[in-house]
Amino acid sequence: MNEAHVDFVLRIADDSLILGHRLSEWCGHGPILEEDIAMTNIALDLIGQATSLLNHAAALQGEGKTGDDLAFLRFDRQYRNLLLVEQPNGDFGMTMMRQFLFDAYRTILFERLQSSSDEMIAAIAEKSLKETKYHLKHSSEWVIRLGDGTEESHNRIQESLNTLWRYTNELFYADAVDDEMRNAGILPDLSELREQWEKTVNHVFDEATLTIPTNNWKQEGGRKGMHSEHLGYILAEMQYMQRAYPNMEW
Amino acid sequence: MVTTSDIWRWLEEVSDPEIPVLTVVDLGVIRSVETDGTNAHIVITPTYSGCPAMKMIEDQIIEKLKEKGVDMCTVDLTLSPAWTTDWITEEGKNKLREYGIAPPENEPDKMVLFAKPTVVPCPKCGSSNTRMISLFGSTACKAHYQCNDCLEPYDYFKCLR
Repeated sequence: MNEAHVDFVLRIADDSLILGHRLSEWCGHGPILEEDIAMTNIALDLIGQATSLLNHAAALQGEGKTGDDLAFLRFDRQYRNLLLVEQPNGDFGMTMMRQFLFDAYRTILFERLQSSSDEMIAAIAEKSLKETKYHLKHSSEWVIRLGDGTEESHNRIQESLNTLWRYTNELFYADAVDDEMRNAGILPDLSELREQWEKTVNHVFDEATLTIPTNNWKQEGGRKGMHSEHLGYILAEMQYMQRAYPNMEW
Repeated sequence: MVTTSDIWRWLEEVSDPEIPVLTVVDLGVIRSVETDGTNAHIVITPTYSGCPAMKMIEDQIIEKLKEKGVDMCTVDLTLSPAWTTDWITEEGKNKLREYGIAPPENEPDKMVLFAKPTVVPCPKCGSSNTRMISLFGSTACKAHYQCNDCLEPYDYFKCLR
């Protein structure tokens, strides 16, 4: 087993899993029926991606575990997702802002990963990219509509941006795992990832009349398993069934 | 002696669990069919990563082939090449329209942000004076539209490429 390889796949997988779970919390609580359906549809895509990715990670580990084992039976420090995706839903604007910041990053990442030397990753990226494009279109349109909407909606989504901006530096986090993956051709060159992301983000914020906060204080740690307190609550709910009734199926 | 063309014909009797008007062949999710004359091996691909119908499609295929006398049928899942709505057959597109679901239109790449929403003609009255209500509809593969002329609300099978 190549530990860096497993870690790398878990980082992408856990982003999908945790954000998918977060979005699913909106089921039955959406501000309008169409958005309730949209958010749960996006959650479904993300959980589907997480399933493929976690199955792949489990196969790479070669310990006889399944994707489900990885989803439901790890401890918080073993999750590798971005701090951004575990942040609470807040109001609808906060959820759309979190989604937009993530989707803008994800589309570029998946585009690049299509040429990964890990054939399974390339296949999952090719498949997921088609879905992620729809997610980005949806989230960017809402950011614009709310930002360039009423005074109330503008102020609230600007506040969401102020809150979430500190977690965006982590999108471009790179360490020895990334170096090793790049050398193996599994992770294509991402040097322009940030530049491209900023281009999309600036373009949309411009239309949305939103201002990027000048406070440059940034927080990271998710890629190394150091999470905010919010992840523990997500896991408590997500893992409850498997912890209470080990090996139960339906 | 079972042939691959027998199996393809039988698969046309297996309908999609979410859009029963389409068969799995119309939908283009059957990627390959092999047989040694007795047993069968079939490869399918999901429409969307989280498509909840895949397991059911697999079970229905196995059940259908059993009904036709093929006792050993294995079904595998592949992700690449990724499914696209271009694989829905012409017959499938016609069936969708008759059923009241607008078939996929030739859409610009979603990466082009702020592109105008695609014009999707109403499957009921044929008018092009329609509007998108939501990019996401009753299943992962559909969007929600409404006709401004006859007021029919309808599903649109989203273009996926």
